[in-house]
Amino acid sequence: MSLLELRGISKHFGAIHALTDMTLSLEPGQVVGLMGDNGAGKSTLVKVIAGNFPPSHGEIRIDGKPVHFGKPVDARAQGIEVVYQDLALCDNLTAAANVFLGREPRIGFWPVRVLDHATMYRRAGELFKALKSETRPRDLVRQMSGGQRQAVAIARTRLSEARLVIMDEPTAAISVRQVAEVLDLIKRLSEHGIAVILISHRMPDVFAVADRVVVMRRGRKVADKKTEASSPEEVTGLITGAIAAA
Amino acid sequence: MNDVPERPNSMPTSLDDPQAARTHTRWSELLASQVFWVVLATIVACVVLSFTTSSFATSANLFNVTRNFAFVAIVALGMMAVIITGGIDISVGSTIGISGIVLSVVMNAGYSIWAGIGMALLTAGVVGLVNGLLIAWLGMQPFVVTLAMLSVGRSLALVISGSRTIFDFGPDGPKLLALGGGATFGVANPVWFLVVLAVLFWFAFGWTRWGRYVFAVGGNRHAANLTGVPVRFIICSVYVLAGLMAGVAAILEVGWLGAVTTGLGTGDELRVIAATVIGGTNLVGGVGSAFGTVVGAALIEVIRNSLILLGVDSFWQGTLVGTFIVVAVLFNRLGGARQGN
Repeated sequence: MSLLELRGISKHFGAIHALTDMTLSLEPGQVVGLMGDNGAGKSTLVKVIAGNFPPSHGEIRIDGKPVHFGKPVDARAQGIEVVYQDLALCDNLTAAANVFLGREPRIGFWPVRVLDHATMYRRAGELFKALKSETRPRDLVRQMSGGQRQAVAIARTRLSEARLVIMDEPTAAISVRQVAEVLDLIKRLSEHGIAVILISHRMPDVFAVADRVVVMRRGRKVADKKTEASSPEEVTGLITGAIAAA
Repeated sequence: MNDVPERPNSMPTSLDDPQAARTHTRWSELLASQVFWVVLATIVACVVLSFTTSSFATSANLFNVTRNFAFVAIVALGMMAVIITGGIDISVGSTIGISGIVLSVVMNAGYSIWAGIGMALLTAGVVGLVNGLLIAWLGMQPFVVTLAMLSVGRSLALVISGSRTIFDFGPDGPKLLALGGGATFGVANPVWFLVVLAVLFWFAFGWTRWGRYVFAVGGNRHAANLTGVPVRFIICSVYVLAGLMAGVAAILEVGWLGAVTTGLGTGDELRVIAATVIGGTNLVGGVGSAFGTVVGAALIEVIRNSLILLGVDSFWQGTLVGTFIVVAVLFNRLGGARQGN
């Protein structure tokens, strides 16, 4: 049974058809590269999956059961987490504080319930270790590299027991060395049985980690195939429209 | 065909336990911290003054210095919380004025000290709440809202008191004078209040969710919102707190002065913000500490006191305090640059 299944999803904004008859299915642990030019409908698709807005037509199924996402919290409750391009981290807090932001463990009894710093540092350390990242729980995010920031953002999703992580351009603005780190993180998620939708403009990244590549153009899916069966040239053709569909 | 360009191998984790190490050593962290330099400056100033003047290191002078800075420091604690969230509250001077007036009017009418204190704190809290609601829920700019409150608060103080100077605090008057003007174990009462409040702030910032969220909101409001931090509630709460701190300072100050004019607290907002900024709180938000704020207030008072003791024309005070603000912010900039900002 598919973890996530989209059936005939369409999204209209007035007369603008942002998504037309989109179909997609995702198995646990699968990494799907979602590609397409600006305005191809990638962000709209992600926002539909993440519960930012409901589709005009079509059905979303999780574990085969139809679901309705009214707001992002609903999607999160189903184990869908989005790692935003700007990462949404607090620079002035430590890595551990960011991982636990909004769900800090506390010890003691009311009215004296204090933050459980020891647990936060330990758990964050374990999460970073599991991700094989050299991020240190006590470091301020301000002092971190792009790759380490990604690790913090991803550790957040691990904490919430996410089953599907959507990553929006995680490798857009970081150095080559850090890109390798982030791709490793994605592989790590996949090893833990977590499905990943990787939105990227960078062909090599998608081909390095994705099992499947999905190409969108003008709100429609024009290709959905295994990465081994495709090539960067073909995908480029599909994105630009030089190749109609594959 | 699958011509993936070759990637550098995944980063080798050469350290056995990379999570044990820290990016900065304790020493470099200390030297980069503004609070450290402010503490150093305060200590140096105290030592120099002890040797160059015969009057600084006397118990009478130290008693006055600590009491004087306690008023500013108490308000600065609330201000610090506001500034950490990225806001500002320039209405605290007027809040001191209106709560002081309410306190004296209530007690002047013959009510007990507890009624007076209760009403003063209630007034201060309501002022803060109005600020907080306008800023957090209506999304208005903190500077504009509190500027308006600066004007409204001062005006209401005039209305309530009828522009009288009140020095008769009714039957409980002596209790009020003892509270603000007295001493316990040789230390002025306002200083004890400051110590307790500073410890409470330190605890709240380091050990409660509320404190963590105050910093999170100041660091990245958008991110805090996405992770489920009650951003609006947090923002509103810091303005209420700033109002209450101004109320506490007003009660102590009235007790010390023994009389209330409608000018009580005028211009205090600037001294309070100066103390906060010198104490290492970043006006951009996200950075600050209770300890730093107290030391910042202490440094200003020590400098002020030294000018008097050294016989320097008191007109120079403003210039010196201003210079310290600029130097403090400069330290902030340099520290930030070193951290790659």
